[in-house]
Amino acid sequence: MKKFINGTDQVEDQMIQGMVKAYPQYLRKLDSGNVVVRANKKEGKVALISGGGSGHEPAHGGYVGGGMLDAAVAGAVFTSPTPDQVYEGIKAIATDAGVLMVIKNYTGDVMNFEMAGEMAEADGIKVKQVIVNDDVAVKDSLYTVGRRGVAGTVFVHKIAGAKAETGASLDEVQAVAQKVIDNVRTMGAAIRPCTVPAAGKPGFELAEDEMEIGIGIHGEPGTHRDKIKTADEITTLLMDKILADIDYSGSEVAVMVNGSGATPLMELFIINNKVADILAEKGIKVYKTLVGEYMTSIEMEGFSISVLRLDDELKTLLDAKADTPAFKA
Amino acid sequence: MNTVKIIDVLKKIAAKIEEEKDFLTELDSPIGDSDHGINMARGFAMVNQKLDAMNTEDTGDILRNTGMALVSTVGGSSGPLYGTAFMKMGMALKGKAEVSVPEFLQAFEAGIEGIKARGKSTTGEKTMLDAMVPALDAMKAEWEASGDKSKTFASGVTAAQKGVEYTKTIIATKGRASYVGERSIGHQDPGATSFTMMLEVLAEEV
Repeated sequence: MKKFINGTDQVEDQMIQGMVKAYPQYLRKLDSGNVVVRANKKEGKVALISGGGSGHEPAHGGYVGGGMLDAAVAGAVFTSPTPDQVYEGIKAIATDAGVLMVIKNYTGDVMNFEMAGEMAEADGIKVKQVIVNDDVAVKDSLYTVGRRGVAGTVFVHKIAGAKAETGASLDEVQAVAQKVIDNVRTMGAAIRPCTVPAAGKPGFELAEDEMEIGIGIHGEPGTHRDKIKTADEITTLLMDKILADIDYSGSEVAVMVNGSGATPLMELFIINNKVADILAEKGIKVYKTLVGEYMTSIEMEGFSISVLRLDDELKTLLDAKADTPAFKA
Repeated sequence: MNTVKIIDVLKKIAAKIEEEKDFLTELDSPIGDSDHGINMARGFAMVNQKLDAMNTEDTGDILRNTGMALVSTVGGSSGPLYGTAFMKMGMALKGKAEVSVPEFLQAFEAGIEGIKARGKSTTGEKTMLDAMVPALDAMKAEWEASGDKSKTFASGVTAAQKGVEYTKTIIATKGRASYVGERSIGHQDPGATSFTMMLEVLAEEV
């Protein structure tokens, strides 16, 4: 393993400290642990908290700021944060309007956030939650814990964050967050794995001519492994699955082509070139496109495509002002 | 069982988990995210530290604090699940300086109910419950039949071990193991295994 780190047990702490030092105008770290909150607490609106394992930067700390999150909780790399960490975050940002937790659908994340929510409710804080499950690669059936939450989560942060900023109630903010979840689908692929610092070796192996289709953001297996193909062919494969999952016909959409950490922008644009062509062919109008690193998997060489079906409310909220380290609108 | 004994048993459980750390992590790699042993050992190391500082006549307090230590250090899904179980047991035994077998069984049942609620799960899903529930049932039946403490705990261990074997034969439908679907068959559940280790230690000590 070769990484720019000082010790595998210092990765999360030093990453968070470095992030706060880079953006002191936006972020403040709580003394109690790896929780970042807005530098200036905003009263009188619903507060949003999200988080998860580290290794997905800029998620989630990079989305703390005006128009998006109020707090982000960072667990160990690829491991859910503990309830007391999340609880400290909730207490720090809680307002009379309440707190919405944006949770990605992993067993550990859901349980730890729910416990934190119960602890906060015992203190008299109003807490609600949404669970993001946008990954179409995983079968959603009685026999799994359901789809994973992946890059589509960033759209939830953006749109629910904008709604909260309007002074909407906790129920209204939760409803619009759920609307985003109901309308966003994501799928990814990778050609090179990532290494969790504490593990010291890659979580899986891929031969030089292989790719994993439907991969998760922790390098979990996807739908299948295949010989590598052209960017256009891979993009078509992913888009077929995404577009078959909900009916996008006649709608306007927002697209996110997200890099997993080691995929050059050059390649992400090549992918987006095909995404745009496919959507144009099907008469689906692209309202907004985001290309870049929004939800990474350390240094995995891969990408994901998210397509969000929009209505007037979602369009307005997507365009609303956001001012955070990693997302500006 | 009094507070001194419970602290002693918990310390032995902590030592056992540390000893079996690598084995538990290995069990977790084909069907999970290969961290069960690492996470549990981190949690019980913290429990160990807390036990040293504990000065109470309340068995419930000890178990509740054990649960809180697990919740705040383990992370993942084992943290909330085991943490909840110990906290619920602690609540059931609140204020008791001594614990009888029926009281233990009641507390154990409360712990299992806590896990079911927290994990929204039941038996047959390839989880720790597949060792816990049969263990509780066997112990209740044996206590009713014989009223013999060591026989009761021995029956629990046998049932839990059978439960671990049973997890090899079924498909995981909860947790990360559910993503691998049919490929989870043939592998024993790490959580059921770590629970059985704990019960084995307890049975030897009572």
